[in-house]
Amino acid sequence: MSVGVREYTTISEIKGPLLVVRGVSRVAYDEIVEVELPSGERRRGRVLDVSKDVAVVQVFEGTTGISPIGTTVRFLGRSLEIPVSEDMLGRIFNGLGEPIDGGPPIVAEERRDVNGAPLNPSERAYPEDFIQTGISAIDGMNTLVRGQKLPIFSGSGLPHNKLAAQIARQATVRGEEEEFAVVFAAIGIKFDDFLFFKKFFEETGAMSRVAMFVNLADEPAMIRLVTPRAALTLAEYLAYERDMHVLVIITDMTNYAEALREISAAREEVPGRQGYPGYLYSDLASIYERAGRVKGRKGSITQMPILTMPNDDMTHPIPDLTGYITEGQIVLSRELHNKGIYPPINVLMSLSRLMKEGIGPGKTREDHAEVSNQLYASYSRGVELRSLAAVVGEESLSETDRKYLKFADLFERRFLSQGERENRSIEQTLDIAWEILSVLPEEELTNIKEETIRKYHPKYRGRSAA
Amino acid sequence: MPVKGRIARISGPLVVAEGMRGAQMYEMVYVGEAGLIGEITRLSGDRAFIQVYESTSGLRPGEPVEGTGAPLSVELGPGLLGTIFDGVQRPLPVIADEVARRDPKRRMFIERGVRVPPLDRKKKFHFKPVRRAGERVEGGDVLGTVQETSLIEHRVMVPPGVRGTLKWIAPEGDYTIEDTIATVERDGREIEVKMVQRWPVRIPRPFKDKKDPSLPLITGIRIIDTFFPMAKGGTGAVPGGFGTGKTVTLHSLAQWSEARVVVYIGCGERGNEMTEVLERFPKYKDPWTGKPLMDRTILIANTSNMPVAAREASIYVGVTLAEYYRDMGYDVLLVADSTSRWAEALREIAGRLEEMPAEEGYPSYLASRLAEFYERAGRVTALGSPEREGSVTIVGAVSPPGGDFSEPVTSHTTRFIRVFWALDTKLAYSRHYPAINWLISYSAYVETVTEWWHRNVDKKWREYRDEAMGILLRENELQEIVRLVGTESLDEKDKLVLETARLLKDGFLKQNAFDPIDAFSTPQKQFALLRMIMDFHRKGEELISQGATVAEIRKALGRLYVEMVKAKFDIPNDQLERIEDLRRRVLEALERVRPVRAEAL
Repeated sequence: MSVGVREYTTISEIKGPLLVVRGVSRVAYDEIVEVELPSGERRRGRVLDVSKDVAVVQVFEGTTGISPIGTTVRFLGRSLEIPVSEDMLGRIFNGLGEPIDGGPPIVAEERRDVNGAPLNPSERAYPEDFIQTGISAIDGMNTLVRGQKLPIFSGSGLPHNKLAAQIARQATVRGEEEEFAVVFAAIGIKFDDFLFFKKFFEETGAMSRVAMFVNLADEPAMIRLVTPRAALTLAEYLAYERDMHVLVIITDMTNYAEALREISAAREEVPGRQGYPGYLYSDLASIYERAGRVKGRKGSITQMPILTMPNDDMTHPIPDLTGYITEGQIVLSRELHNKGIYPPINVLMSLSRLMKEGIGPGKTREDHAEVSNQLYASYSRGVELRSLAAVVGEESLSETDRKYLKFADLFERRFLSQGERENRSIEQTLDIAWEILSVLPEEELTNIKEETIRKYHPKYRGRSAA
Repeated sequence: MPVKGRIARISGPLVVAEGMRGAQMYEMVYVGEAGLIGEITRLSGDRAFIQVYESTSGLRPGEPVEGTGAPLSVELGPGLLGTIFDGVQRPLPVIADEVARRDPKRRMFIERGVRVPPLDRKKKFHFKPVRRAGERVEGGDVLGTVQETSLIEHRVMVPPGVRGTLKWIAPEGDYTIEDTIATVERDGREIEVKMVQRWPVRIPRPFKDKKDPSLPLITGIRIIDTFFPMAKGGTGAVPGGFGTGKTVTLHSLAQWSEARVVVYIGCGERGNEMTEVLERFPKYKDPWTGKPLMDRTILIANTSNMPVAAREASIYVGVTLAEYYRDMGYDVLLVADSTSRWAEALREIAGRLEEMPAEEGYPSYLASRLAEFYERAGRVTALGSPEREGSVTIVGAVSPPGGDFSEPVTSHTTRFIRVFWALDTKLAYSRHYPAINWLISYSAYVETVTEWWHRNVDKKWREYRDEAMGILLRENELQEIVRLVGTESLDEKDKLVLETARLLKDGFLKQNAFDPIDAFSTPQKQFALLRMIMDFHRKGEELISQGATVAEIRKALGRLYVEMVKAKFDIPNDQLERIEDLRRRVLEALERVRPVRAEAL
């Protein structure tokens, strides 16, 4: 039902980012609004709550400078849409999807509602194509697959940007030449972080397959609620209409959640944990769940959101609720970072839920699952013994236990640690794993089957080679 | 005469409508010109507060609201099994077809205002009557049967509350669910009975009487069956922070449990997890019958990005379907992943209704709602004849924020359940799966199921089980000491406890849900593995009391140690004699240990 554009000048209240407009009629929930100031400046907003004659409008650019007198509120009769087109690759947009790179306007192939619609679970195709990122800690132990949503849990000052950039550069699906298209959503990040990514994409010659949606730290917070949705709307178009494999990097989700808390507080809603609204989970899910593959379409959306954990606390509501929605997490560790290890991935706290479908014969290698389990079991025992040795001294450990200590060190220095430009194949990753596992007595390798040991253990391989 | 009103206010999933005088509490309504499905949750004067099960984006005040005169109900009848529904029982594949009919490009999305019937109206089922005209019948009586899937014979029952003389019953043949298959006469009034019936989801279905659970629900998961068993008709909760393997545990339960029918509710969880079940279950075989798993499964999906109000309804829809198959005389397992998301949906709706919040913003009736839900579990004698017993077992996942078990949903849930499988982040980090923490988990059914194990597996089951549990508890105490002084200063007996505990953990408790051999252990295999490890321990204790050391014992074992750990995935369920053989070889190897010190003395 179309009701066209309606104008009102009847603002009765302004609080925080909200305007209360009275005397309205036929305003739709979630309708998009244009606010015109006496100076002629135009801002955008949307309807959050509507009764028969009162509408509550959230203004994206904030209410600074708005006066109830002389300001016109225009209800546009539609929800927030952005134009989508393949030509958007190679371009830079603001948080609402408007070009800011000085290039020509986008000729829309289609306009789409930024809120999208939930994917029908019976139409999804289960993700199972191994993505080789060239990073051992990920490929070997937390394997990423096409269509997965795998966030990076980081802390301020940790090299999450470097890691995300390295993944964007190196990610390939083996046996396919085609590169990922990258949709990059910057939410409230610092200008130098934005510059890092922009330069990185330009220097690596990748810019022609990247679309950037940018909301910087000094830009209005309310736009942050739209930015990831605008980016994902383009990603869905590219994946499901244009058969592309899209990698979506969103940074930083913590800024997003804070903007959500701000608007919730302005609406005087009953707060949940730490002042975040009770619907934070559903709201985050409406972003993260826009990843995946669908039946009958070639394309896919792989999401890699980055969030900085306040005080490095993983139980904070933002990482906590994110972990409940995403298909695993890559956790960066300050301790490893301080030891000088890059990438400082805490593999014990990291997880990829979709790993099992993406690995094994024909995809990676037959020993992958067993080796990965063994690395986990042995490294966690090594770390445990390390803290024990700190108390009782290394000499009061048994000989086997001391071998575990050696293993844990090798694991961090040989396996985890690698160069920022070092792109390891999965075979290299697994061979390094065997090399370090061979410092342990063979009967400690209880997660690996006998025949696998005979085939891949350096001891037997050496013999068969000789 | 259903009421007709108009929208007065929209706030997220909550819509307030005016002119609704005459509407009932929990009546189902259609909202707006798109006809979105909603349910009345509060009435005040002529205003109705409606929770809407679809996105309210674009709704305007003034649009119509239409009552249906009936509370939110489900359709019951053949065709439920093997289907995936949304939170208000719309079949998802049919929604996809309907969306594609409007716009083929949008097929993969769930659009709003799609009205599709839960059950197929055109499909014919082969009905065989078991009663004859002239007989007296009452609610719950089985009138006839339909082979619904390869696994389940659907028993068509007289709806509860109907009683009288069977005036006519359809002869054997093919019928749609809307064809009349019988007429029941009472006091000159005729009631037509069809294969499809409706039942309001918030009202438990009636039964003759409720009994104590007495049989174990075998799951094939060793730590569950042996240490923290579930009973048919019991209730359990699986709390755990993210990454602790809640979903994998629940999938394993749905896959391997000795239930005849499984209702799996994906409540506010990941879309891909439902897809995984949808893709895997038709290929996997039921370990008890060898038939495709999907033939005994009903899926209900309200994923985290689907409308939040339908999340609240999905739990009730699921349990009503479970009760329906229970009434036919089947053992039904209902799995709800996750009850926390359901509680959060309650909280969100309560917040929009501006109700007074209790703990952490949850409404004060959270506890009573949880209690009502878990009370719908149980082993019952069904109404009507022939006499039959059925059960609904409920297992709910709980997702405590920050893994904190003291939060409201976890702490209230523990009051209403009898089995508690606590998942542990630390175990999960070291990839010890299932990450069920044996120190804080419990089952109130250990006594209940002991008799079954003694009768069907071995009379020594309880003895071995309790002894093993004792070792695990003792190991925890010893670890405290080890943390201070290291292992070397322990005496040999305690060192043996550590050794055996490690064997129990690696060779028994850890179970790979994706390994073809390890994923499912029969009770017999569980017992054989347990006995092997515990007999090793007993023999070891004996040797130590004669002066042997653990190092000597380990040396005598040699490769047999690894064989013991790997027996779980080397030896399949049907070759248990190999475990027995291994046990014998272990004991023989230990015989060769010559305690030196005893001789030296």
